Amino acid sequence: MSALKQYIDLYNEHRELVERHAPEALNALRPAALAALEGARLPRKGEEDYEAIDMEAIFAPDYGVNVTRLDYAIDPAESFRCDVPSLSTCLFHTYNDVPHISAVSRRNLGEVVVETLAEAATNRPDLLKQHLGRLARLDDPTVALNTLLAQDGLLVYVPDGVTAPKPIQLLNILSAAHPMMVVRRLLVVAGENAHVRILGCDHTQGSGTAVLNLQVVEVVAGKHSSVDFYELEESGNDTSRVSSIYVEQHEGSSVLVDGITLMNGITRNNYCVEVVGEHASTELLGMTIASGKQHVDTRSFVSHNAPRCTSNQMFKYVLAEEAVGAFAGKVLIKEGCERVEAYQGNRNLCASPEARMYTKPQLEIYTDDVKASHGTTIGQLDEDALFYMRTRGVNVDDARRLLMQAFMSDVIDGVRLDVLRDRLHYLVGKRFDGTLAACTGCAICGK
Amino acid sequence: MKNQEDNKKGHQPKQDDILHDAVNEEYKYGFVTDIDTNVIPKGLNEDVVRQISALKDEPEWLLEFRLKAFRHWQTLRQPTWGHLHLPEIDYQDISYYAAPRKKKEGEIDPELVETFDKLGIPLNERKALSGMAVDAIMDSVSVRTTYSERLAELGVIFCPISEAVRDYPDLVRKYLGKVVPYTDNFFAALNSAVFSDGSFVYIPKGVRCPMELSSYFRINAAQTGQFERTLIVADDDAYVSYLEGCTAPMRDENQLHAAIVEIIVEDRAEVKYSTVQNWYPGDKDGRGGIYNLVTKRGLCRGDHSKISWTQVETGSAITWKYPSCILKGDYSVGEFYSVALTRNRQEADTGTKMIHLGKNSRSTIVSKGISAGHSQNSYRGLVRVAPKATGCRNYTQCDSLLLSDTSGAHTFPVIEVGNDSSIVEHEATTSKINEDQIFYCNQRGIKTEDAVGLIVNGYADEVMTKLPMEFAVEARRLLSVSLEGSIG
Repeated sequence: MSALKQYIDLYNEHRELVERHAPEALNALRPAALAALEGARLPRKGEEDYEAIDMEAIFAPDYGVNVTRLDYAIDPAESFRCDVPSLSTCLFHTYNDVPHISAVSRRNLGEVVVETLAEAATNRPDLLKQHLGRLARLDDPTVALNTLLAQDGLLVYVPDGVTAPKPIQLLNILSAAHPMMVVRRLLVVAGENAHVRILGCDHTQGSGTAVLNLQVVEVVAGKHSSVDFYELEESGNDTSRVSSIYVEQHEGSSVLVDGITLMNGITRNNYCVEVVGEHASTELLGMTIASGKQHVDTRSFVSHNAPRCTSNQMFKYVLAEEAVGAFAGKVLIKEGCERVEAYQGNRNLCASPEARMYTKPQLEIYTDDVKASHGTTIGQLDEDALFYMRTRGVNVDDARRLLMQAFMSDVIDGVRLDVLRDRLHYLVGKRFDGTLAACTGCAICGK
Repeated sequence: MKNQEDNKKGHQPKQDDILHDAVNEEYKYGFVTDIDTNVIPKGLNEDVVRQISALKDEPEWLLEFRLKAFRHWQTLRQPTWGHLHLPEIDYQDISYYAAPRKKKEGEIDPELVETFDKLGIPLNERKALSGMAVDAIMDSVSVRTTYSERLAELGVIFCPISEAVRDYPDLVRKYLGKVVPYTDNFFAALNSAVFSDGSFVYIPKGVRCPMELSSYFRINAAQTGQFERTLIVADDDAYVSYLEGCTAPMRDENQLHAAIVEIIVEDRAEVKYSTVQNWYPGDKDGRGGIYNLVTKRGLCRGDHSKISWTQVETGSAITWKYPSCILKGDYSVGEFYSVALTRNRQEADTGTKMIHLGKNSRSTIVSKGISAGHSQNSYRGLVRVAPKATGCRNYTQCDSLLLSDTSGAHTFPVIEVGNDSSIVEHEATTSKINEDQIFYCNQRGIKTEDAVGLIVNGYADEVMTKLPMEFAVEARRLLSVSLEGSIG
């Protein structure tokens, strides 16, 4: 049986249960998702844009889905604390796929709205109807599967002219006693002149149980708005993550999406940015440190549908031991979109003979008055720099670590949250010297 | 003339006008030679394959090879992955063999001599450039190979592949299909089934070929395809520089050209392969033109061996071509230098593959695309470093120059690295002609049209300097014809 079929069967069997525990706005998307999954199949390793990852194998285990919406008898705010010191955020927990809205955090939000999709369905049905599921493309079977099974999620809504007083932190805790598929959904809508910074953190609690984290995020950046969206993954070897982020940018908007993978099992991140308004700027950053048998696969697609925009992408990988990294990026500049400036960079360090890197940066350009370029390198640390440091008495391990940290620093410096940036420098340092535990800051296992 | 008048009036033509005039330049080799040609009926089946083999009086093993390839081809479908609008070709509507009829055994029709003279390829050795031996191929057969005897004195074999099958069956059998097996791809299977003439080159151990070897391909007959096959073998310490040129008449229907080139290079040997591709590109509305669907691959089998591909692609309605290197020998070197110019409705999807299997192998890729009119120009490349190929080095640079807002330039590189001691770099840029550079030239009294020519030539210079002298002249002229057509 194909991996998809088991979930389609699960849906058909429990359709009534799934729909009963979900808001109408989500239920309305299911028929189209089901139709899209009809005859669809998950890509196999080696197929276009899936050179190094086997999606069929990721979905093959018989994962359970929390269709009955059992609540967990845990207060996530108690069980898990954020370990970024002095990071003052409005914190919202999602335990597996069940969101918990803290009243304190909500009070600190001012005019910004963070609510579950179920709440939003009652409070803001028009907004959901207008945006939910509009950007996510059902021709990707993993997105269709998410749409078919998602029962709740979060909405972050920043009304016109509002600036979020504090960064919004979405802490996602993955924890399961049995193999489980977590179906998460997030919708971010920033109105005209709205400004918001969002930090999403993925943590796995405990280890030994396979968790598949299937996430779809839609971000609508209105005119002259700014949205910074950081994602920090610090999960475990048994966690698989398949995440798709869709962004739509209107005139003059500025969007930063930064995906940081410090610890994981198998990760597939899809970024899809549609720039529809002029003078928009897009910043897509990614940073990965992988070792052991970890796998990080990124696909980015930036489509320029309007003139006079800029986009900048930079993805950096450090691969140690038997880690595998893959990057497939595409910049599309459509006809008539003159004066677009687009850059796409992918720099990789292979730090062991068994590490593998696959990269495929692509440009597709249909107009002449543009500046588009990409650059990619796969290599090692600069021998001369190592030698220089050793002549000054730095031992080889420290020198390597310092150089690797320096290699990552320009992606870290792209982070516009000062405290997070400092914390990332610290965490990356810990990651390189091997002292970063799988679940830092976890109150349950106390690491 | 128009520009001269403009200049007299004291104002310069706009850059857009110059480019517009440039892309409307006519194709100069579009004439048809009226010659008695033996064409077999259209269609493709096992009987046709047998007939081609019989016409060429081939041994049984080669017929078997063709039939195997044909049976395999029947199981395949035309590839669709290219960034091209390649229509479903009706393979039954093509004639697979066309040969100019000989008047008398051993003599060449004066019409043919004249045709090749017109193309600048004299078949008469006395008239020819002394530094170049030519194998001239019209439709499916080789018309004449010059200097064969002189080369034979050194042990160099340079002859049509059909002669090589007859005279050196062991050599051909040893190498044919070893680099591009018939199972490789759709067009390779088709070529293996129906290939007609092409050149065979063997350079024995330690011989440095004293002259450039060259093949000139001409499609003349209507409703035929050309399916030539070239095989070059350089034994230990040998060196050869090989050139390839091609043209075709102007016709309203598309014609198919599906060739295979295989190169095998042994220890410390070097092969330099240069192409100036100038097939008929179709008219300005995209009517007619050649579909150039070619598989070219070299195997650096020996240690310290080297293959260098240089191509200037200006013709063909559709180009689908990826000259590749398999770098099997330790310290082997692969190079790829390409200029691809597309105009009007031309589409080119071209690039290279560098497969690093040997330790410390090195490769360089320099690709320059120029797109004008409504054309689409893509670079598609693969650099793969096998896990055991330690210490490898690749540098890739692919630049695209856009000369109109309706053309497209695309880059599709794939890079796979399987160890930690190899370094791979890739850079690509896409932009239009820099207005600052034109302004700078204008300031110094250089007219805009000359400035455009200078900038484009400068842009392509890195590749042009890699061409042998005879071809560099031709290639520069082609580029200037295409781009500076309006001057004077």
